[in-house]
Amino acid sequence: MSASTVAFSEAQLAEVRRLQALYPDARAALLPVLHMAQETFGHISLEAEEYVAGLFDVTPAHVHEVVTFYTLFFRQPKGRHVVAVCHNLSCHLAGAPEIIAHVMRRLGIGVGATTDDGRVTLQAVECLCACEHAPMMQVDDRYEFGLTPEKVDQILEGLR
Amino acid sequence: MTAEKLLTRNFDRADSHTLRAYLETGGYTAWQKAQTLEPAAITEEVKQSNLRGLGGAGFPTGTKWSFVPKNHTGPVYLVINADEGEPGTFKDRYLLERDPHALIEGMLIAARAIRSPTGFVYIRGEYVEPWRRFSAAVGEAYDAGYLGRGFDVVVHRGAGAYICGEETGLISSLEGKKGWPKLKPPFPAIKGAFGAPTIVNNVETIAHVPHIINRGAAWFASLGTKTQGGTRMYSVSGRVTRPGVYEASVAITLRRIIEDLGGGVTGNGRLKAVVPGGSSAAILRADEIDVTADVDGLRNAGTMAGSAGVIVMDETVSIPEALMVVARFYAHESCGQCTPCRESTGWIYKMVRRIVEGRGQKDDLDTILDVARRGAGTTICAFYDGAVGPYISYIEKFRAEFEALIEGAGTRAVATPAPREAIARA
Repeated sequence: MSASTVAFSEAQLAEVRRLQALYPDARAALLPVLHMAQETFGHISLEAEEYVAGLFDVTPAHVHEVVTFYTLFFRQPKGRHVVAVCHNLSCHLAGAPEIIAHVMRRLGIGVGATTDDGRVTLQAVECLCACEHAPMMQVDDRYEFGLTPEKVDQILEGLR
Repeated sequence: MTAEKLLTRNFDRADSHTLRAYLETGGYTAWQKAQTLEPAAITEEVKQSNLRGLGGAGFPTGTKWSFVPKNHTGPVYLVINADEGEPGTFKDRYLLERDPHALIEGMLIAARAIRSPTGFVYIRGEYVEPWRRFSAAVGEAYDAGYLGRGFDVVVHRGAGAYICGEETGLISSLEGKKGWPKLKPPFPAIKGAFGAPTIVNNVETIAHVPHIINRGAAWFASLGTKTQGGTRMYSVSGRVTRPGVYEASVAITLRRIIEDLGGGVTGNGRLKAVVPGGSSAAILRADEIDVTADVDGLRNAGTMAGSAGVIVMDETVSIPEALMVVARFYAHESCGQCTPCRESTGWIYKMVRRIVEGRGQKDDLDTILDVARRGAGTTICAFYDGAVGPYISYIEKFRAEFEALIEGAGTRAVATPAPREAIARA
């Protein structure tokens, strides 16, 4: 990605200023702006970190420290869809290991990897707090509940 | 003891998240009443109600509010912890999605009590739908004039980190930093978000406040035990017939939660163990469930009410395997700030894992217990103590199961891994 492609539109810059004004200290808008950056650029590259740092009174190192701390920020290109299967206790008791193994077989990739066609990134994640519907997973913005191999197949089919 | 539903009373209405539904069921009348009360009187009412924090620590809410310095002249902030992440807990997700105005009304009242002009609601990043629902409700509350007249609400999204549920970690994250907890004192009520006095309360805690104002502290206190008032929402999961979120008196017993609310044990039908308050709570054996599930009842039972995430395990569940999953979680989520936590959570996970995988060694259990005990109480926040609870209790209460795996490993080790491979994996 060339440097010139890492830039917000005028409307987005206005949104950055609006977010910064919501807080007693503008730097508190860093997480919301990083969410915006990821939605816009697909992932948060070192260039994107520098760009975002320039919108705040912070160093690129500070932004890097923040980006690397949180699991929802991707530093490498991710798939068009992110499938995050919960593997914490309640989901484990409901068969999460088998569900994860099934997704791996279906996608032909391991946990943490992205399919060659860039369609799906697979993750095993800690508790998503929907244990009453275990085993469950998050697909992009959506929670998917009560997973069975058949239901997983249906969901994966729907991801383009 | 089948308590009247307070927090969940509207959950079966399809439109329960809307302002109209909230107003139709008495919404914002407590806020009207609270506007006629002096701030100190509101705090006193909440104190008398015996409302205790429902996010995990169980601290008396009114007492917490009273810690804000009386003579403070600058801003005071109200921060709502909606960073629900304690494994086995899902109640705040329901409140944000199905009754967001209860939280907004509770915030208005709490903000009056502590004289706060601004409230921040920190919602975990994975909770996209709860965030949308709650943000829509905030929009409605602005349009209707409840917000924006002396009190503003900012909805803030996290980005994936369990430690941000710890109140000072949450404050760091809210300030735009990595979510490292801060050394206390100063406590947030003295110096919190943006250096100002800050009260951090859980979603469910604040959603109770309108009921206390409407119906009085004495009534609320009478719903619970001597030291904790009201109802709370139990998240019931694991090997039960009806997993789900259930509102009941804090005085209900763990047995009734499992048998009556959860519909009894699945698997082979016989209870082996239960985690009563989210994964950081010490595990209880099947013969330890005739205790009330309030903060002090479970503390006396050697565990904690925590976030009231009740995880049920039947006899077919392997306790060492369960501990491996739990230990993996703490290893992953340790923020890395304090050495005992950063190092121990990683090494203990590796040791429990090698026991489960048949590579355990004779001294492993005592080493884990020793490391766990030495680190407890030595770190900045309660995260490591929350990991130590399961490490010690799973091993002490189910030691024979761990030992059987370790003894089995000795016999298998002769036949299976080649020496070099064994060294590499150990």
